[in-house]
Amino acid sequence: MAPPPVAADVDPIPDAPPGEAAAPSRPSARRLPLTPLVCALLLALAASVPVAVGVGAAGVPFDAAMGYLWAGVSGGSIAPDEVSAYTIVWELRLPRALLAAVVGAGLAAVGVALQAMVRNALADPFVLGISSGAAVGANAVLIFGAFASLGVWALSGAAFVSALAAMGLVYAVARSAQGMTPLRLVLTGTAMYYGFSAITTLMVFAAERGEAARSAMMWLMGSLSGATWATLPIATAALAGALAYLALSARRLNALAMGDETAAALGVDAERFRRALFLLTALVTGALVAVSGAIGFVGLMVPHAARMLVGADHRRVLAVAPVAGAVLLVWVDVASRTVLAPVELPVGVLTAVIGVPCFLLLMRRRGYTFGAA
Amino acid sequence: MRVDVEALSVEVAGARLVREVTLTASSGRLVGLVGPNGSGKSTVLRCVYRALRPSGGAVRVGGDDVHGLTAREGARRLAALPQEVATEFGFTVAEVVAMGRLPHQRAAARTSAADRDACARALGRVGAAHLADRSFLTLSGGEKQRVLIARALAQEPRVLVLDEPTNHLDIAQQLEVLTLVRGRATGDAPGGLTVLTALHDLNLAAAYCDELYVIAGGTIVASGAPGAVLTRELLAEVFGVRAHPVTHPETGAVQLLFDRLPSRPGPT
Repeated sequence: MAPPPVAADVDPIPDAPPGEAAAPSRPSARRLPLTPLVCALLLALAASVPVAVGVGAAGVPFDAAMGYLWAGVSGGSIAPDEVSAYTIVWELRLPRALLAAVVGAGLAAVGVALQAMVRNALADPFVLGISSGAAVGANAVLIFGAFASLGVWALSGAAFVSALAAMGLVYAVARSAQGMTPLRLVLTGTAMYYGFSAITTLMVFAAERGEAARSAMMWLMGSLSGATWATLPIATAALAGALAYLALSARRLNALAMGDETAAALGVDAERFRRALFLLTALVTGALVAVSGAIGFVGLMVPHAARMLVGADHRRVLAVAPVAGAVLLVWVDVASRTVLAPVELPVGVLTAVIGVPCFLLLMRRRGYTFGAA
Repeated sequence: MRVDVEALSVEVAGARLVREVTLTASSGRLVGLVGPNGSGKSTVLRCVYRALRPSGGAVRVGGDDVHGLTAREGARRLAALPQEVATEFGFTVAEVVAMGRLPHQRAAARTSAADRDACARALGRVGAAHLADRSFLTLSGGEKQRVLIARALAQEPRVLVLDEPTNHLDIAQQLEVLTLVRGRATGDAPGGLTVLTALHDLNLAAAYCDELYVIAGGTIVASGAPGAVLTRELLAEVFGVRAHPVTHPETGAVQLLFDRLPSRPGPT
């Protein structure tokens, strides 16, 4: 006969002071152990990239695609009649899958930093108006053929330069005698967002060719179709810079999340730190948006999802969110290429299709605020 | 560690919030700052814990101007409980307390055994060890305040600055928090922890503080032992109330009973 189970309602806290004994000792948020979770996500990412390379609109069989991938990695040889299929795999799909991973990771990391920086659950990489600023430059290229002398760099270059201009504008307006407060930043960014969007919309209306308006729309909703080996280094450098700085700032992000006053008492100059974060997030957003367009929801959803899994401590959130964002965007891009193949869907449409229900579910969870469960 | 506020002035957008405030808090003393709403209590304290840079004068902690120290060094000497704490993020109690170690940690370093010890000790001292895994957001007001005091203690400061630590607490929690703070001031730290606190409740201030500074309109109008400071005349002038000082039958501390001043027009 098995021993009777231990009564489950025994108070596990013998040292609770008498006044607190009646209070239910509610367990904390359920949290997953960090190391296994990060390892699992990294494995998922490592498995996702080859799969993403293996599927697509062009009829390259999956095992053949793996063969080309191996040939590319190992420097092996292929038959002459396979060159076009090989090119699809090695020159189009692989950089595209890698760029999806880099952009997804970058948007998630920037989202984490921004939500702490302005202490606003709705903040995402686009709340500062940087991406809509980038859209102005990008659409000038797409619709009017501006900066044609820059060749293939015209689009990314114009997007990045106008992102920087938008950053300077938001910075100048958001600064005040009281410093760059979260509320001022969000309000300024939102106002700029509408301003820049109006300019972009005007340009789309003025477009003479329907095809130009279509590519403008594609850019506004985000697309990784422009991925080449040449676009990867910039985005990767931006991601690496962001991850390195944020990893060293995780504890200070925790302090900042508790309020500027608390941060000051903990030895963090909130004003200076927020300025540094603003520069970092604006630069990285600009670099990512320049190569992928304005992909929404990743930077908003993934940080929240990461907090639900591992809690609010930024050292844990920053370990999980970028990898999760990378996996998510790799798969979203696969879906965008295959769901209506050969028509390619804008990535932003799919992130919204996944993101909106996820977000509503998340908000229905009672009392969820920034990682509390 | 001694705190000297010397001729502190704060001007924001042309308005003088604080004018030539001078006060001293020495080791092992619990010093209270009382005054009506908007008198400048929080402004003075914010200058002390470096959330605000004064436009004139200085704040010296252990002889050094806090605004000349690095933010890190300042936070090693002085911990604070600001009045407003943003609480949207779901940190656990253990995570909140661990933030107190920030000024002692290098950015790239892992949490050390010394950090963990300091946090465990601090949580134990405020009687909140059992709350470690709870979400900070789910705590009661009194529990939250205890946890924030634990965070300040984990910082291992020599000076503790509190801005109305009893706000929104019930009476038992108010007494508990101030007893805890009082114990830290007179406690085991070498030379004792210096505590500087703004308080709204004059009876709590009278019962717990060694010394009081009364601030009105941005200037200090009286200072000294609570019994000597909280006179009928001062309370009528500064707070606009008629007060009747009485002696607490058990502790012997001065306590106050209040009436409206007869001359004041009131709501009809």
